[in-house]
Amino acid sequence: MIGLAKFGSTFLSSVIQAPQLRPEAASSIAEGVDHLYFVLTFITLFFTIAIFSTIFFFMVKYRRRAENEVPPDTEENLPLELAWTIIPTLICAGLFLWASSLYFENSRPPSASTEIFVIGKQWMWHIQHPEGVREINELHVPEGVPVKLTMTSEDVIHDFYIPAFRVKKDVIPGRYSSLWFQATKVGTYHLFCAQYCGADHAEMLGWVYVMSPADYETWLASGTPSETMEKTGEKIFNKLGCSSCHQPDGTGRGPSLVGDYGKEEDLKSGEKRLVDEAFIRQAIINPNSVVLKNYPPIMPTFRGQITEEQVLQLIAYVKSLASEERNSNGK
Amino acid sequence: MSTVTLDVHEVPTGSRVNYLNAQYGVKSWLLTTDHKRIALLYLFSITLMFFVGGTFAVLMRLHLIEPQGALVQPETYNKLFTMHGVIMVFFFLVPSIPATLGNFLVPMMIGARDLAFPRLNLLSWYIYIIGAIFTLYAVISGGVDTGWTFYTPYSSSFSHTSVIPTALGVFITGFSSILTGLNFVVTIHKMRAPGLTWFRLPLFIWAIYATSIIFILGTPVIAITLFLLGLERLLHIGIFDPAIGGDPILFQHLFWFYSHPAVYIMILPGMGVMSELITCFSRKRIFGYSFVAFSSLSIAVISFLVWGHHMFVTGQSIYAGLTFSVLSFMVAIPSAVKVFNWTATLYKGSISYDAPMLYALGFIGLFTMGGLTGLFLASLATDVHLNGTYFIVAHFHYIMVGGAVMAYLGGIHFWWPKITGRLYPDGWARFAALVIFVGFNLTFFPQFMLGYLGMPRRYAVYPSEFQVLNVMSSAGASILGIGYLIPLIYLTWSMRYGPTAGPNPWGAKGLEWTTPSPPPTENFEEIPVVTEDAYDYAHSTVTRG
Repeated sequence: MIGLAKFGSTFLSSVIQAPQLRPEAASSIAEGVDHLYFVLTFITLFFTIAIFSTIFFFMVKYRRRAENEVPPDTEENLPLELAWTIIPTLICAGLFLWASSLYFENSRPPSASTEIFVIGKQWMWHIQHPEGVREINELHVPEGVPVKLTMTSEDVIHDFYIPAFRVKKDVIPGRYSSLWFQATKVGTYHLFCAQYCGADHAEMLGWVYVMSPADYETWLASGTPSETMEKTGEKIFNKLGCSSCHQPDGTGRGPSLVGDYGKEEDLKSGEKRLVDEAFIRQAIINPNSVVLKNYPPIMPTFRGQITEEQVLQLIAYVKSLASEERNSNGK
Repeated sequence: MSTVTLDVHEVPTGSRVNYLNAQYGVKSWLLTTDHKRIALLYLFSITLMFFVGGTFAVLMRLHLIEPQGALVQPETYNKLFTMHGVIMVFFFLVPSIPATLGNFLVPMMIGARDLAFPRLNLLSWYIYIIGAIFTLYAVISGGVDTGWTFYTPYSSSFSHTSVIPTALGVFITGFSSILTGLNFVVTIHKMRAPGLTWFRLPLFIWAIYATSIIFILGTPVIAITLFLLGLERLLHIGIFDPAIGGDPILFQHLFWFYSHPAVYIMILPGMGVMSELITCFSRKRIFGYSFVAFSSLSIAVISFLVWGHHMFVTGQSIYAGLTFSVLSFMVAIPSAVKVFNWTATLYKGSISYDAPMLYALGFIGLFTMGGLTGLFLASLATDVHLNGTYFIVAHFHYIMVGGAVMAYLGGIHFWWPKITGRLYPDGWARFAALVIFVGFNLTFFPQFMLGYLGMPRRYAVYPSEFQVLNVMSSAGASILGIGYLIPLIYLTWSMRYGPTAGPNPWGAKGLEWTTPSPPPTENFEEIPVVTEDAYDYAHSTVTRG
């Protein structure tokens, strides 16, 4: 059934090529979403027209011809009732399966994605590449490469929306959300905030520049010379005195962070937690909520002392410690 | 439908004592416990609120004819859409059919003299008015800009507008809904006339019953949510704002746990009205009575389980998304069943095209469109793209305006002769139905297209490529606005100058039509005894009169 629907949708989308009906399709998932959309449109039109014309037909055929007319009594028709309960149920089940499998595929970023960081604040988008290049309200990405965005907000809820890629995700204060895409067409596309965020919500927009991988490398290199995120993170790590407790060899008062990223840790509360971006952020902002099993709860909170951007840089540094360990194990 | 006969033809309306002329004076209205008079109190108050909310909408559409905004500053625009939403949802749509037609008709349709708790009923209206005063105060004191959804932490920690008076107004009005729901449930259970079994009830009563259950179970949740919002905003207790230890997504869960069922508070009574109109104007028993009745109840139940479909892009887990998606598809089925049954009711009927029927047919068309476009949003992959865009705006206006308001107007036109004892000019009424249908589609159809093209909602300014569709929408809105003014004028006119209506001008079945128009204060001289099913048009002729 899904196969049939897909065939129908391909046919439909080839008929409906008018540029006004859909935004540009510039990501690897856009065509798939559009196919589903066209089939849904077809179903909507089909049923609307079917019901309208049936009503119209009845209205003409059974119009009241005499004021004292008494039509025959309504007869119950169980098979008919069952038919129009079961058929829509089957259609809905098919749509659910199709839409969900598409969503499932679209939700998981490939493991080899390039990671870029996004911070939303009233009313602009701050973007930082791991190489250190910063942008405001602009996002440069290479064509044909999966890109994963890790996003957070400094104030209220925003939403990162690129219509041409058919992707959207809320950007929420106090937590990390992520979305991924693979751009398929070099060009310039709208970037919108799609969650109402106050006075200048409608001005919180920008452009996404999709470049060929070679152009992208040139662009990255020609940016203002700056250090990588992990390098900045290392500096913050030392400046804030993190290094005095989190010593690499584990002799400090806090746990060593070498190789920590991606590991499961036992907490005092008995919980097991994966060390990911969200965990590291929580450990910095609210350390007492994630005290490790064999360590005293002595770490001070850094809430209000560092920006979301600095937290991301610290995370980049901690992550680099993990890969260093892997590298040294390999040697 | 009943065995009571009334010699109402001989007595001219003016000289007969009815609920309208039984007593005179402001006090007789403000202290009345007559459900019919309370219905009229509601009718006047929600009509006022409808035109206040409508004015905000007109200003918004006017502003949006230019990409850079034609009328107001962005801050003002944000207040316009917020106040439009708050007033239309909480002060017009939620009380619309239940509080006016429901109040008037529930006792009359079940053969009772009043609701179970007449004084509680009056109290509901006063609570509604107090809530409305707080909200109108918020409008006058500079307005509110959070969106009708009050999303945190914007509403709790960032907005500098009158959030507290607005939320307080909505909080207070909620109690009016709870009391009304309670009153209906008790009345329907305990006060049905002899012989009026559950499966002889008009389907309007089933719909009001299902709505009342949502009132009672859902409304406390929005009250609690807004109370917590107030605590955080006034006392800085960290509940929703992560900066003080809260969780902003928690607010959305709580808010939609009420506000999604609230959508069905708005549409279920409309579906009830539809069943009355379609049967009367085709002179047919409803096709599949029990399917239509139970679909109301199953909608009420499933409506409590679908709130998460508002949150597909908040980063909730994939499996939560899948669960809410499948439940959202499920709620589409009973709605589809109703549409098919109404259509089938027309088959071999004797169909007349009086104004209420035109509104009813308009409802079927617009509700069908609104329901089917809901499938786009229950589908996870397309919802990701459409969420937060104009597609959402178009979809819920097809349901709430195309559906609920069409049904409300159809119902008002149908029972107007019963309520006021007067007839309105039918030609004007049909003309208005047509203008509203055309204006509505021109306003909201382009918004579906805007949504898929990617225009986010709640934008005071927008990229110029969206202008053509926005101008079309604004043009439609001006037609729609005129469409709503026409009934206001001729219905008001008819109250004084309309020809006198007989007890049953449509030749309809149902206990309310066995009483004189307007009915006496006690509704029925003698409590009727019911011996037949609802909509039994085939076995006895009812003539218009």
